[in-house]
Amino acid sequence: MTTAEKYVTAAYCVVFALVLAYVVIIALKLQRLEREVDQLAERADEAPERETVSVG
Amino acid sequence: MLVTTSLALIFYVAPTDADQGFSQRIFYFHVSIAFTAYACFALGAWKALVHLWKRDPEADLESYVGIHQGVIFGSLVLITGSIWAKISWGHWWLWSENQLVLFLVLFLFYAAYFMLRFSVDAGPQRANLSAVYALFGVVLIPVSFLAIRLAQKFIHPVVFTRNGPSFGGWILATYCVSQVAMLVLAYTLYRVELAGKRLDIRLRKLRESYT
Repeated sequence: MTTAEKYVTAAYCVVFALVLAYVVIIALKLQRLEREVDQLAERADEAPERETVSVG
Repeated sequence: MLVTTSLALIFYVAPTDADQGFSQRIFYFHVSIAFTAYACFALGAWKALVHLWKRDPEADLESYVGIHQGVIFGSLVLITGSIWAKISWGHWWLWSENQLVLFLVLFLFYAAYFMLRFSVDAGPQRANLSAVYALFGVVLIPVSFLAIRLAQKFIHPVVFTRNGPSFGGWILATYCVSQVAMLVLAYTLYRVELAGKRLDIRLRKLRESYT
């Protein structure tokens, strides 16, 4: 492998490593949001149901 | 799919440049990422203008995400450009090159956008300040793009001249596929990040209504 080939390979590897890191960060954030949705759903289930009152 | 196709074209189909040799293959991603970064900054500025015009918080969020994408792609431009410079010029960076310095100025300008944005409490004031700042930065895009044409020393290769691209055949086809691949990738990441931010805001509002 020549020096130019090594540098070109490094350039493409850096691009993919950065894009991959970005995707992983977004995926972790979405996981956190999913957990928060679950927590809120649990809290909504635990909350006492309101009595329905007929109006009119 | 598009990125894989462009990689196959870059390494198996596109001919080796007679002047620069194998190192020219960086150009396919480097130039396409640079144009994608410009497009992201332009989108961020456009959304900032929409926000100032219509006072739409959604446009402010879109502007923020656009600039965030621009900074990510901008950092990739600087890294791939430095690697190419090391092979071709023997230096990682040359301060005498106007195009490099102007792109760095553009990148740092938009990197500072986040410092401004997060130093102000969330609300209309932050959105307005960020929008004005984003609009100022858009002036740097044509300056950065045209710097190479205005410069006296033509060390940095000129890819697009007034008579069109300075290449043809498989090189042009490979570049076009790479450009489309980068734009589609950036747009996909933009949509995913935007969806995440919207969900985050909705969840925060829900949490506040529960407490």
